[in-house]
This record gives sequence, C-alpha cells and structure tokens, in this order.
Amino acid sequence: MAAPKPESASDRMNAMNRRQSLALLARCSAALGALATGWLKPLVALAATPWNKNAFEAKTMAEALKALGATALTESRDIAITAPDIAENGAMVQIQVVSRIPNTQSIAILAEKNPFPLAAIFNILPGGEPQVLLRLKMGQTTDLRIVIRADNRHFTAAREVKITIGGCG
Amino acid sequence: MTEAMKIRATLQGDTADLRVLIKHPMETGTRKTATGIAPAHFIQSLVVQHNGKTVFDAQWSQSVSRDPVLGLRVRGAKTGDRISITWVDNRGERRTDEAVVTAGP
Repeated sequence: MAAPKPESASDRMNAMNRRQSLALLARCSAALGALATGWLKPLVALAATPWNKNAFEAKTMAEALKALGATALTESRDIAITAPDIAENGAMVQIQVVSRIPNTQSIAILAEKNPFPLAAIFNILPGGEPQVLLRLKMGQTTDLRIVIRADNRHFTAAREVKITIGGCG
Repeated sequence: MTEAMKIRATLQGDTADLRVLIKHPMETGTRKTATGIAPAHFIQSLVVQHNGKTVFDAQWSQSVSRDPVLGLRVRGAKTGDRISITWVDNRGERRTDEAVVTAGP
C-alpha cells in the first residue's frame, strides 16, 4: 500500500517534537497545578488587586458604593457612556465607558437593580487608556451607573437601559 | 479545563486596540436548571499586561456576560509588542493567553 504522501524526515521530526512538547506541557501543567497553592499564588496576588468581597456582595447600590469608599460622588459630564436605550436581551448588553477626567485611576460599573449591583472595577495603570468596552447581564430595566476615581475623588454618571427580556434567569 | 481566549491587538497610531473574547460560563449562582441551581462560577480578576507591565487590573462579578467580550486600549504600543491577559475565577481556575500587536488597517 502506497502512502498517500511521502513523509519527510523533518515532518516526522516535527510530529515527534510536537508529541514530546505536548507530553512535557502536560507534565508541566500538572506540576504547576500542584504548585499553584504554593509560590504561584503570591505572584498573582502581586499583580492583581484582591477581589473586593464587600463591594461585590453588596445587594444595594448604596452598600456597594460605601464598600468602594465612594461616598462623596460628584456628577460629571466628562464620562461618556455608550449603551443601548433598549436592550432586547438582558443577558448581553454591550456598554462602553470613556472617561475624559484627568488622572482617571479606576472605572467601576454598576447596574442598580441587579441582585449584586457592582459588575466590574477596572484599575487603570500607566499605559492603560481610561476606557472600557464590556458586555453585562441586566436583570431588568435599570440605571447603569459609572463611578470614576481620579486624584482620589469620585465622579459619577448614569444612564438608563431598558430591558425587554431579563438576563439573570 | 479552560479554553483559549481570542485576543486581537491592532495598532491605531501609538495605541493598541484590544478586543478580547473569553470562553467562560460566568454562572451567577442563581440560575435554575433541571437538576437544581447551577453553582456560581465566574471570573473574579483579570490582568492585562503590555510587554510584561500591568496596564489594567480588573475585578469582575457574575454580572459580566457569559463568554465575556472586552475592549480596551493601550497607549505607547508598537507592532510586535506582546499583550498578555490572565484571568482567575472563583474556583481558582486560571488562564493566560498572549497576542502580538499587529499593524492596523
């Protein structure tokens, strides 16, 4: 039986390398998994801000804002929120936030009537532009509220999104 | 088992426009199924790095959509720069994927 295509030595070598790499990768993944509880965790902890449990588990906007330390809010026109006026599918509402406030340090996105209003916080580090596009779930028609921290002050803007079919079912 | 993110990083002037598609169920922990309530399973933190330097550090709740779509912009980028994204979910699962900044249209 003739082979459909003669396999070159380099093809065979590549295949072999690939198999070896895969095996190595599998072993490494297992080792990494085992180590994850050890030294990898502190590494990630270094890079990422710890999940703000109090803010994310708050059930009202007021509690969430308090947990974020955003009790004194200044309304701002320098926050542009792009969102549909009416979203048919609350499971996937695309929003975009652009902050024109100088020295924007973080952007928090809240949906007032969601079971847990705080949806996301983005810390903006040097090199990151103060703008975010994200898709959210919204259970019902609600205010989308944005809270920007800049120079350790909090600025806010809101916009209503009407939901035809809720996204938290 | 996690699935690879799709990361597109396109240069516009000196800014890299990032479009990220993440495969994740983002279960809220309240959704009823035939067998009961699906336990919460969602991404809690996400870090974006540009050539190894963190430029965004985000925390998410279960309100982010299933299979999240994310758009961000990184200043001071050039073609060939590396963008890496890491997420960690509430079960401690994690994933890192990388992309290279390509020339814009």
